[in-house]
Amino acid sequence: MVKTFFKGLYTFAVYVFLYAPLIITIVFSFNKSRYSVAWEGFTTQWYGKMIQNTGLLDSAVNSLFLAATAATVATVVGTITAVALHRYRFIGQKVVYGSLSVIMMSPEIIMAISLVMLFVILGIPLGFTTLLLSHTVFCFPFVTMTVLARLKGFNKHIVEAAADLGASEVDIVRRVLIPLLFPAILAGWLMSFTLSIDDVIISFFVNGPSYEILPLKIYSMVRTGVKPDVNALCAVLFTLTFTVVMVSYHLVKEKKA
Amino acid sequence: MLKSADAFCRSAVLYFIFIWLGLMVFIPNLLVLLASFLSKDPRYFLSLPLNLENYKALFDTVLFGVILKSLNIAFFTTVFCLLVGYPFAYFIARSPKEWRSLFLMLIIVPFWTNSLIRNYALISILSTNGLLNSFLLKIGLISQPIQILYSDWAVFIGMSYTLLPFMILPLYATLEKLDQNLLEAARDLGAGSLAAFFKVVVPMSFPGIVAGCIMVFLPALSLFYVSDILGGANSTVVGSVIRNKFMIARDWPVGSAISVILTVFMLFLLKFYYKSGNSEEEQTIW
Repeated sequence: MVKTFFKGLYTFAVYVFLYAPLIITIVFSFNKSRYSVAWEGFTTQWYGKMIQNTGLLDSAVNSLFLAATAATVATVVGTITAVALHRYRFIGQKVVYGSLSVIMMSPEIIMAISLVMLFVILGIPLGFTTLLLSHTVFCFPFVTMTVLARLKGFNKHIVEAAADLGASEVDIVRRVLIPLLFPAILAGWLMSFTLSIDDVIISFFVNGPSYEILPLKIYSMVRTGVKPDVNALCAVLFTLTFTVVMVSYHLVKEKKA
Repeated sequence: MLKSADAFCRSAVLYFIFIWLGLMVFIPNLLVLLASFLSKDPRYFLSLPLNLENYKALFDTVLFGVILKSLNIAFFTTVFCLLVGYPFAYFIARSPKEWRSLFLMLIIVPFWTNSLIRNYALISILSTNGLLNSFLLKIGLISQPIQILYSDWAVFIGMSYTLLPFMILPLYATLEKLDQNLLEAARDLGAGSLAAFFKVVVPMSFPGIVAGCIMVFLPALSLFYVSDILGGANSTVVGSVIRNKFMIARDWPVGSAISVILTVFMLFLLKFYYKSGNSEEEQTIW
């Protein structure tokens, strides 16, 4: 009994550690004080300020657009890679597996400088294109791994049966694999979206002045002080993400059932 | 006819994968390796001849001191995350099955807010009149506020906060697969609960421990924004040095050399990870 109590207390304490900053951000978005230190009373004025701050909103919209595009491209590339790794035996297969785990494990800063060198040497101007390419690179291995895990889980004979019945490669992918893999594909997309929208380090290197995104805008503010309207925006974005993830989670769950 | 269409499909897909990985992963990394042996150039960033000066520069007293300090912070962050994360992952893995996905979900949810903003929120916990100091004063543990913010301690706390989930998730993945019967067998054979834990559970979860440590240690060296937000003037991590070399000093070669060392270190850790006993398929990669 005492043991269970301590286990519960410990688990709770770790969750408090993980949630404290999030709760502080949301609470201070309703705080009258300009500085996020002391509570001076309830207000919703920062939400009004946020709506008027077009620069901030534009960068948020840019971030959402970039994350959605990068997640979609990464999902396509990642799923193709997973299906190829699962269905084909080819020379260099181990190299592909190896590079996937290197991408997932390597510190972002290493990938950031290698990509910025590539773009500068190729003469590609830094901006949306370079952001999209870079975000796709660091997201797609997560899609591949999620999809591969599901491919290993289901009955191989389904694909064989389709082939015996005369389905071509394209038919197999479109009418058998994609419907079966849908939950994994969606999970991979969501993971890519969250990785992309929160990325600071890689974006810091590969972005140019032409395309402003939210994490970098916040990064430029942290030294001088982040205004509460940024807290308000983050609270709104969090609520949005939370809703989208919960809804899609339930949709997938119902489909399975 | 159909067969040749399938063969075309196959080679098109494989060519695509190799070109994509080659262009976006192999060539960029080779560029970094090459740059680390070149000299800096004010106009074209890089110039000949090939030399080892950039690697010698790493042992320059100032730079070497920064690297050592960053290694130190990363080491303590990893130890802290392991000590805190292990029991936590173990409790979740042994909780009733229908609760587990909820517990896991709850770890990921805070990550849906911008990580800069969450680290920024830590300021109001760590500052001299912040929540932590008020709490410690109230319970009488300290008699006057202590300076945590803008020190290496704050960087350590920020890193631990940011990276703890990356320790918990791989640990959970191995602990969940652990066969309960093995523990019962150990108990039946006379092992106490502590002995069973340290002699059965911990060794069997070793791959998870190694994976978690890699996922925490390497980012703890490179997340420069944590030290920017929470650290003092002297708190820099290896990531800040690389950034400054690239963006401020325009010294690509030295920045590349530091990055090459980090990469070699990572490959070494990955090799160790695959040796620590994973599924056969993963083992054959190296």
